[in-house]
Amino acid sequence: MRKSVNRVWRRVMANKLISEMGLPKSIANIFAARNIHTAKDALSLTEFELMELLDVGLAEVTTAVSSISEISCPPYQTALSLLEQRMHNEHLAGHLPTRLKGLDAALCGGIPFGVITELVGPAGIGKTQFCLKLSLLASLPSSHGGLDGHVVYVDTESKFSSRRMIEIGVNSFPEIFQIEGMAQQMAGRILVLQPTTPTEFSECLQKIKDSLLQHHVKLLVIDSMAALVSGDGQGQCRQHPLGWHMTFIKSLAEFSRIPVVVTNQVRSHSGDDPFHYSFQDSRQNLDFPTTFDSHLVAALGIPWAHAVSIRLVLESKSGQRFIKVAKSSMSPPVAFTFAISASGISLLHDDGIEMTGPEINAICGQVLKHFNVASSINDAHNIKYFRDFEVTVVYSIKNWSFRVVCG
Amino acid sequence: MEVSSLPISASHRAKLISAGYISISSLSSISPAHLARDLGISENEATGILKVASQRGGPERTIPSHHSIVDGLRAQTAWDMLHEEESCRRITTSCADLDDILGGGISCKEVTEIGGVPGIGKTQLGIQLAINVQIPLEYGGLAGKAVYIDTEGSFMVERVQQVAEACIKDMQEYDSFLRKDLPARQVNLQANDFLANIYYFRICSYTEQIAVINYLEKFISEHKDIKVVIVDSITFHFRQDFDDMALRTRLLGGMALKLMKLAKKFTLAVILLNQVTTKYSGGSFQLTLALGDSWSHACTNRIILYWNGNGRYAHIDKSPSIRSASAPYAVTGRGIRNLASNCKRVKLM
Repeated sequence: MRKSVNRVWRRVMANKLISEMGLPKSIANIFAARNIHTAKDALSLTEFELMELLDVGLAEVTTAVSSISEISCPPYQTALSLLEQRMHNEHLAGHLPTRLKGLDAALCGGIPFGVITELVGPAGIGKTQFCLKLSLLASLPSSHGGLDGHVVYVDTESKFSSRRMIEIGVNSFPEIFQIEGMAQQMAGRILVLQPTTPTEFSECLQKIKDSLLQHHVKLLVIDSMAALVSGDGQGQCRQHPLGWHMTFIKSLAEFSRIPVVVTNQVRSHSGDDPFHYSFQDSRQNLDFPTTFDSHLVAALGIPWAHAVSIRLVLESKSGQRFIKVAKSSMSPPVAFTFAISASGISLLHDDGIEMTGPEINAICGQVLKHFNVASSINDAHNIKYFRDFEVTVVYSIKNWSFRVVCG
Repeated sequence: MEVSSLPISASHRAKLISAGYISISSLSSISPAHLARDLGISENEATGILKVASQRGGPERTIPSHHSIVDGLRAQTAWDMLHEEESCRRITTSCADLDDILGGGISCKEVTEIGGVPGIGKTQLGIQLAINVQIPLEYGGLAGKAVYIDTEGSFMVERVQQVAEACIKDMQEYDSFLRKDLPARQVNLQANDFLANIYYFRICSYTEQIAVINYLEKFISEHKDIKVVIVDSITFHFRQDFDDMALRTRLLGGMALKLMKLAKKFTLAVILLNQVTTKYSGGSFQLTLALGDSWSHACTNRIILYWNGNGRYAHIDKSPSIRSASAPYAVTGRGIRNLASNCKRVKLM
């Protein structure tokens, strides 16, 4: 607890008051007289501007700025002590295992703490399923490999299904869920917020920040980010509309050292999406956009793509679903085939397929919508958790065919 | 030289001029007490002004070079600089092709900006350089330490460990392949030794970013072995919060100057990682590095990492001494390496 309080204190370093920095009285008074009260105020001016404003010589300004900088600068650590700290204090040195062996191996343990992990893919591919499973994993007791904590799930599209989550739990961890009251306890640790307007979304985020420390929140899921934030910042828009949310969520992840999972939508590739630099125009390398049918790109634009640390792309190609690590500083670009079953998401093979080139970032979009939990209805033990009537609708946009199965 | 160009406060300057002291030579033989009386300021302040004036205008300056054409300025001849440039060490990137187009590696006296789309490998290159700067002298390295300023939280310690371990393996291979005739030598380094030599700063606002760059001068004087400063990324905190673009340009300009001064003063390499943005030019949207046109002038060297077909390429976009070229590279489990290295190719240093 004390460690996180220290971190919160650190964040106000930029707002540290000059009057409390122990500068020589004369210069401190001059700063105050000219309305420069915080480190931020002082460091936002160049040294010549300060000389003009404060009416003192260059040497004095340089000394003052140097002292202010030294005091406002955050403390350093060696990379070794960072590693030791994480190994000592955090679960698996800062990872939430997904129980998908191949993926966990690629991510050096699982979803990392302290950074944003993004799940992007076309509708119906399984992003929400993944989120539900992760929420469950975070709430499990540590004896079963969970984080033994609370989860905040921000559901902007009303896709959260507690029945489905409990189904996943019962099928993946039957030994826990068979215990009386366990399902209720696990479900009780997951707090679902459903903002309906961008303003409500912003307020949600503020409230989350305040309650993170008090309530032992171990995972934050935002499903989805794109729904309530308008625009994707492409083109001339200098002030990215997503800007505030992006930095806020990033700093939230960093100072609370929890995993933050965010889902993102896709949109079709428009002619305006840039792929080349000015020096590339002379080389005719335009094979990139046309190689894949129904070619899609992630929404929310380039600044968002820079802000996430891990990008997991979920896509479907020739009837097979893939989850691929498109951006990660710890992993090679590998893709795994996966399927959705009663126990959530499972990998079909734990050995990933290594990808190269444009394949890594491309999102293939043959859209499949598949709601099928019929397989578990025969399990009499679990029958009280399931709907009486299941409908399976499978359709493929490319083939324009429909198949309806009731059972 | 004019009094108006002295670095003193505005009111002092105004008083000097109104009292009739317009050129520096007029201050050369006056006593502080006399000046204080004339200007109506304290004797201490007068002494200060005279000191500044003498530093600027004094004819006796010891100039290290042979010919000083210009009096009163610290200058070096190009001949002296040539010797310096040739003896300047370079940090290898572990990719032979990339080192080739860079003239041996990243230069240790300049600011190099590296930019690219997300996921192209900027942080990877930053981590590789933070490790490679530590390679011992007997393996052709600089035996230096690194400062890693992380503004985005992309520094993953597990990855740094992987790259360090691979570097140690490479050194062991170098020994076994190239020093067969000589007595066996053990590489006594562990991955943790490499980690212990990276000084990590986590920056959360643009104020902290400016503060750390100001503080670096003192920090590096106290830790003399630092040979590389990596800022990952320089862009992040300057992209979102700014309504005042003019302020942003001024602050970025100030930062660039301070970093150049650091690079020169301590003979270290400064690496700035930048993001990309789009710009509309020639009828279409193109990719370009972020932070605008005035920033693009600020860095000495500029390398752009980009996708070309199936491979990652680095393109030298701007450099005063190296010609523009592109080279392929790969990001592997061991770090940055050559693209088509199937054999155990060891970089000869």
